[in-house]
Amino acid sequence: MSYRKLSIMLITISLLALLVLPLTTGCGGGGVRTIGISQIVTHPALDATREGIIQGLADKGYVDGENIEINYQNSEGDMALVASIAQQFVADKVAVIISIATPNSQAAISAAMGTDIPVVFTAVTDPVGSEMVTSWESHPNENVTGVSDMIVVSDDVDLITAIVPGITKLGTLYNAGESNSVFLVDELHKACDALGIQVVEKTVSTSADVLSASQSLVGQVDAIWIGTDNTVVTALEALIGVCEDNDIPLFPADEDSIIRGGIAAYSFDYYDIGYQTGEMVAKILDGTSAADIPVEKGKVISLSVNTVAAARMGITIPQSIIDQAATVYTD
Amino acid sequence: MDIVVNLLSISFYEGLAYGLVALGVYISFRVLSFPDLSVDGSFPLGGAVAAILIINGVNPWLATLVALLAGCLAGLGTGLLNTKLRINALLSGILMMVALYSINLLIMGRANIPLLRQITVFEEVSNLFGTGSGVILSIVFMVVLTAIILAVFNWFLRTEIGLVLRATGENEQMVRGLGGNTDMATMMGISLSNGMVALSGALIAQNQGFADVGMGIGMIVMGLASVIIGEGLFRPKGVTAVLLAVFGGAFVYRLFIGIALRLGLPPTNLKLITALLVIVSLSVPFFRKKLRGEWIPPAVRM
Repeated sequence: MSYRKLSIMLITISLLALLVLPLTTGCGGGGVRTIGISQIVTHPALDATREGIIQGLADKGYVDGENIEINYQNSEGDMALVASIAQQFVADKVAVIISIATPNSQAAISAAMGTDIPVVFTAVTDPVGSEMVTSWESHPNENVTGVSDMIVVSDDVDLITAIVPGITKLGTLYNAGESNSVFLVDELHKACDALGIQVVEKTVSTSADVLSASQSLVGQVDAIWIGTDNTVVTALEALIGVCEDNDIPLFPADEDSIIRGGIAAYSFDYYDIGYQTGEMVAKILDGTSAADIPVEKGKVISLSVNTVAAARMGITIPQSIIDQAATVYTD
Repeated sequence: MDIVVNLLSISFYEGLAYGLVALGVYISFRVLSFPDLSVDGSFPLGGAVAAILIINGVNPWLATLVALLAGCLAGLGTGLLNTKLRINALLSGILMMVALYSINLLIMGRANIPLLRQITVFEEVSNLFGTGSGVILSIVFMVVLTAIILAVFNWFLRTEIGLVLRATGENEQMVRGLGGNTDMATMMGISLSNGMVALSGALIAQNQGFADVGMGIGMIVMGLASVIIGEGLFRPKGVTAVLLAVFGGAFVYRLFIGIALRLGLPPTNLKLITALLVIVSLSVPFFRKKLRGEWIPPAVRM
């Protein structure tokens, strides 16, 4: 047998084997509904969201492997996969698609359009601006709802003015390629304009740029605030180093960054966001239409502070704020 | 059987849509022997241009055409860097790719433009036939479009200019010696290549419901993998066969990814599977020669 024939045969056999395998594993039994979860990338906050979803569903009586089957797919940042995963869920006629983060949610909604498969998004900051729903409250013709992780930037700005009195210039770093961050920086401008604080913004395109962008803010600002920007948060230690060396107070927007060495933030736990999403999905499985469920914001918001980080950046947090905090970190 | 049909139809659509990227990569890497990495930038460029025009009320067909032309322009930029400023081909592509990231953000004005509630070419087609949108419609549309593009390239690569293009990739010195303009051929080829990639970006953005500045990541790898798989699997002889093989390679590539997703392989391993797939396809000639006891050429760097 020639080499060519052999190789064609081997390839055909392996393709056939791969095609038949899913038949044996992919067919769910009667009565067990499948839920598709599409996550954009492996990331601590998004992983916590997914765990919260599964727990939220379980606490409402929908247990994975018992009366529902969860089909979890992660595109690992590959946008070509985002659409493939959404189309596969639709082709499989899953009961609900849960999409974690913005691009997957858009792809899921696009793929499910014209079918009766509801889409529940989560960890999306601006669902109206990204056209997932036409309104937060009432969206009768859209079989879509979800939970937003929108943080209230003006609360953060109030917190900063309380801890750094007399602040006139507030710096921020973000990746202009992340739509959520661009939205938050717009919110920051609105909040600061109202108080007469000038915003100095620097953009980065990769986490490797964070160090030099941080250094370029030295001497220009009284404090730095960063949103839930994935690129900047990845390289947070570079920013913390610059802030500590130059006594610039740093205010991140998520609790994990407070543990790593930021000063204070009002934040959600992404697990709670996921849990809230899980409860919402349970409602849909119970028979409520997604179109009748308003889009929710994260319900559980807590203040966390890090007193040692504040000391390293040359300030003290007023006792009144420490008293309000749900968690105080001291290392 | 449903699962297999779904898998095949989705992969078939994706094979056609991403086959345009593979076609672009084939023109630059194989026809011109020009390792053009600007693809990772021109793919989202196509999506960005189409999206911004569509949300501003421009007809989606026109928007898609402008996206194609924008891709050609980007490719022309890469070609100019290489032929006029004499910058290394690899570096020219990388520079254009990096520049395009900022240019795409400038064009879009933000990182992500939703197209969920806009009239796209796919909606235009479904309105035309009075059918709902779906994978089948996407396939029919892409089959027609691909057939037209393949026919054009099949004709073009046989024309005098097309021959100069192919000869430039084979032996630049000889073409120059015969009085051919290799700079012009390079620029034209890279333009066409990036035009096809941008067209793919524009179509995929419209089909998936959004354009995102990050949507080009990994396109060059996917395009190259498709070309290599297509060549390794189908061993095409002649222009027409090669063009078909490139799309066939894209289909097999997407099919493998689809099967990997189906099998529930850990998603983190998908990139590794892609790399292994390309390594296997690339090492086929080596093992074939080894098996036959033929002479094996030394490793090359470029």
